[in-house]
Amino acid sequence: MIFDWLPSVLIAIVLMLAVVGAVRRISLWRAGQPSPVNIIAGLMAMPKRYLHDLHHVVERDKYMSRTHVATGGGFVLAMALVILVHLFGVDSKILAWALLAALVMMFTGAIFVFKRRRNPPSRLSKGPWMRLPKSLMTFAVTFFVLTLPAAGILPDGTGNVLLTLVLSALILISLGEMLFGMTWGGPMKHAFAGALHLAFHRRQERFGGGRSTGLKPAELGVEVHGVSKPTDFKWNQLLGFDACVQCGRCEAMCPAFAAGQPLNPKKLIQDMVVGLAGGTDANYAGSHYPDPQGKGREPGSAKGSPTEVITAGLVDAETLWSCTTCRACVEECPMMIEHVDAIVDMRRFLTMEKGETPNKGAEVLDNIIATDNPNGYAPGSRTNWAADQNLNVMRDVKKAEVLFWVSDGAFDMRSQRILRSFVKLLKAANVDVAILGDEERDSGDVARRLGDDATFQNLAKRNLQTLSQYEFKTIVTTDPHAFHCLRNEYGDFGSDALDNVEVLHHTTYLNRLVQDGKLKLDTFKGGTVTYHDPCYLGRYNGEYEAPRELLRSMGIEVAEMERSGFRSRCCGGGGGAPITDIPGEKRIADMRVEDAKETQADLIAVGCQQCTAMLEGVVEPRPEIRDIAEILVDQLIEEVH
Amino acid sequence: MQPNVISLVSIGRHPQSGRARRSEQDARALELGLKLSGTNLRVAHAGNPQDAVLRQYAGMGLKEMTVLKQSVEVDVIPSLRHYIESQSAQIALLGVRSESGESSGMVPYILAESLGWPIVSRVADIVSVENGIAEVLLALPRGQRRAVSVRLPFIATVDNAAPAPRQTAYGPAQRAKIDVIDVPEVQDELRVNWSEAPAKPRPKRLKVVKAKTAAERFKAATAKAQGGSGKVMSDESAEEKAQAIFDLLIEEKVIR
Repeated sequence: MIFDWLPSVLIAIVLMLAVVGAVRRISLWRAGQPSPVNIIAGLMAMPKRYLHDLHHVVERDKYMSRTHVATGGGFVLAMALVILVHLFGVDSKILAWALLAALVMMFTGAIFVFKRRRNPPSRLSKGPWMRLPKSLMTFAVTFFVLTLPAAGILPDGTGNVLLTLVLSALILISLGEMLFGMTWGGPMKHAFAGALHLAFHRRQERFGGGRSTGLKPAELGVEVHGVSKPTDFKWNQLLGFDACVQCGRCEAMCPAFAAGQPLNPKKLIQDMVVGLAGGTDANYAGSHYPDPQGKGREPGSAKGSPTEVITAGLVDAETLWSCTTCRACVEECPMMIEHVDAIVDMRRFLTMEKGETPNKGAEVLDNIIATDNPNGYAPGSRTNWAADQNLNVMRDVKKAEVLFWVSDGAFDMRSQRILRSFVKLLKAANVDVAILGDEERDSGDVARRLGDDATFQNLAKRNLQTLSQYEFKTIVTTDPHAFHCLRNEYGDFGSDALDNVEVLHHTTYLNRLVQDGKLKLDTFKGGTVTYHDPCYLGRYNGEYEAPRELLRSMGIEVAEMERSGFRSRCCGGGGGAPITDIPGEKRIADMRVEDAKETQADLIAVGCQQCTAMLEGVVEPRPEIRDIAEILVDQLIEEVH
Repeated sequence: MQPNVISLVSIGRHPQSGRARRSEQDARALELGLKLSGTNLRVAHAGNPQDAVLRQYAGMGLKEMTVLKQSVEVDVIPSLRHYIESQSAQIALLGVRSESGESSGMVPYILAESLGWPIVSRVADIVSVENGIAEVLLALPRGQRRAVSVRLPFIATVDNAAPAPRQTAYGPAQRAKIDVIDVPEVQDELRVNWSEAPAKPRPKRLKVVKAKTAAERFKAATAKAQGGSGKVMSDESAEEKAQAIFDLLIEEKVIR
C-alpha cells in the first residue's frame, strides 16, 4: 500500500520536534542562576521519587491517584512500545499485545479524567486542560487500531488509503498533544518538567520522607539582592514552575486565597511560567487572584519576559505580600513546587533593593535593626517580665541543662502569661534552666520572611555568637518561629554553637517531662477542646503528636477540626502578614475560629504566642484561646516539698 | 528649574536602645530634598566616613554622598559652610536638632548666620520653588500649618510633621559611593572641656485638666494654643525685662 510508511514517519517527525522543544525548554530553564545538583544521582532517583514521594501526595485524592496511574503509566508504557513496534518496526506479537494492553489501561484512565472534566471543581484550570482527556483517548484508540495488524488480529495491510490517512491525522492530533505539547508548553508539559523537577529539585532532602523547610540564605553584597526578574531564580526553580499541573490543590489550601487577598498560588506559579517563557497570562484558564478592592486587573494584562522585572507588570507586589508562608500550598503540591521560596526570593528584592516593604514593614525592620525586637522596646527591658521569676541568667551561671529561648513574647503582656506558665512547669519538674536575659535578640524570623535577609543574617550571627559562650544541651522555646529559625536556619552561618544541641518546642519538651513522670497532672474538666496546629511547628517541623499527647495526658479527647495536622489552616500571623497587612474580604483568623466553632469547642489549645494573639483578636463569642502550657499549669498537681 | 538642594545629615540615636541610627528629622530632610531635586540632591555629613549609619541614609536611593572627614570633637560649622558655598547650593535642609552630641539645635542657626542666609525653622513641606522663591509650609503645634514665601537661598530645618522618610534598602545602601573630602579641622574649644553625663529626667509640670465635657477636651486638644496670660514688654529697659523673666522663673518654681 502506498501510505504504509506514513505513521512511522509521522511518529519520527513528532518525536524529533519534541526533542527540539525539549532542548528549547531546557535552555529557558538554564537561563536561571546556577544551582548545584547531582545530575546522575538525580536521574537515577527519579523513578523512586515518582512512585513514592510524588505518589504519596497524589494518593490523598484516591480517585486521581488511580486515574493517574492508569493514564500516565499506560501512556509511558504504550509510548515506549509504540517506538519499538511502529517506529523501529520490531515484529513481535508479544510486544504488540503488550502495547494493546497498555492502551486499554490508558483508555480506562482517560475515561475517568474525562468524567472529572465534565463538571470540574473551580480549583482546576480549564482551557487546554479540557481537551486533554479527548487527546488521551484519541491516542489510545488510534494506536489500538494501528496495532491490530501487528498483533495478528487483523491481516497485514488491512484498510484502504482513506483509513491510513484518517489514522495518520489522528496520530498527528494525539501525538501533537502528547509529545509536541510535552515540550512546547501544552498541558502535558507537566510530565516532562515534572519528571526532571523530581530529579533536580532544589530541596533534595524533601524526598524519602525528609523535611526541608528552612529558607536558603540570600547572597549579600551582589549586584541585585533577591529575585527581580525570572532569570534571577535558580535554574531548578524555573524548572519547578514548569512542572505545575494546575491541579489547584494549592489554591484550595491557601488561606490568603480563601480570605480574598490577592494571592492564588497556582496563578502565581503560572505567572512565573509566563515570566520564564515570555508572553502574557491571556491563556491562563484557572481562578485569578482575588480582587477585593476591585482594582480590576484584566486577564491578559500581566506581561513578562525572562529579563523583565517581575513586579513591574507581571505580578503585583501585593500578591507577594499576601502570603503567610504557611507552606500549605507546598505541602499539598503533588509536583513538589516550592511556592514559599519563590515568594520570599521576590520579597527580598522588594525589601533589600527597592525598600518597598508595605505598611508597617519598614518601621518593624527599622526597630529590629535598632533594638533587636520588632516593636522598638528598650533592649534592656527584655527580662523585665521575669523580675519575679527567679530565673537563672546564662551570663551568671555559664552553663545549664536547658536554655529557655524566651523570644519576643517577653515584651507582650499576653505572651508573658504563657512564659510564666512554662517557667512554673519547668520549676515543678526541677529542670536546670537558664535564660539569656538581655543578651537574647529577636530570632530574625520576621525580618527574613519580610525579605530582609541582611538583617536576619546579622541577628543570626550575633545570636550564635552569644550562644557559643555558654554550655547547654537543649534549647526550648514557646515560639515556633524562633524554634524553626534556631533549628533549621541558623545552621547556614558557620557556627558550632548549636552542634549537638537539641532545639525543642515547649510542647515537645513538656511532653517528655510528663511521659517521664516529672509532672503530675489532674484531669481537665473544661469542656470540649480543639487544637490549632501552628504552621511553623507542624508543617515546618513535623511536630503534630506531642501537643496532642500532652492534651491526652490531661484526659482531653481533642475534637479535631476538619483542617488539622499537616492540612491545618494558618492563623494568619506568619510571614509578616499582620505587618504588611494586605486587605482581603475577610480575615484568616476569623476563618480559623470558624473552623474551631464547627467542632463545638469551648477551648482552642494553641502552641504559639503568635497564633494566640491572632485568634484572640477574633471578636467574641468565640471559644477561649489558651496555650498548652497555660492549660497544663492549671492541671498541675504541685507537690509540697 | 530644579533648585540646587543640599541635605545635611547627622548620626542619630535610638531613644530606647541608644544605638546609632539615621536621625528621624534628618531622614525627613533627606526625603524632602529627594522630593525637591530627585537624584540631583547632594547629601553631606561632617564626621567619620566609616560610620555604618551613613549607609542607612544612602539606602534611601542615593548614588553617592559626601562626607567631610573630621573627628567628632571638631566644630562642624566651618566645613559645612565651606562645602555649601563650594556647591553653590540654594537650599540647605537639616533636622531641627540632632539626636546625639550637643543636640542643642543651634547648628542651623549658626550655619545660617555664617552664610548670611535666612533660616526657616520647622518646615513641614516645601510646596514649590519658582523664580527663586519657595513656597514653604511651616509646622505649627496641633497639626496647623503656616504658608510662607522665602527667597533663595535659605536654610530650612525640617520638622517631624514633614512626610516620613522612605525605607532604607540594603542593596543600594551597600553600593552607594561615599565621597570623602578632607577638610581643615577647627577645634571646638568649648566642647573639648566639657564632660558628658547622662541627663536627669526633668520635673514635669502637672497638667491640670480643666475641661469637664468631651467637647471641651476636644477643643483643648485641637484649638490653637491661646496666649493671653503672658505680658508683652517692648519699651521697658533690659533690667526690667530680665527682672520680669526672673520673677516668672521663681513663680513657676523653675528657680528656687
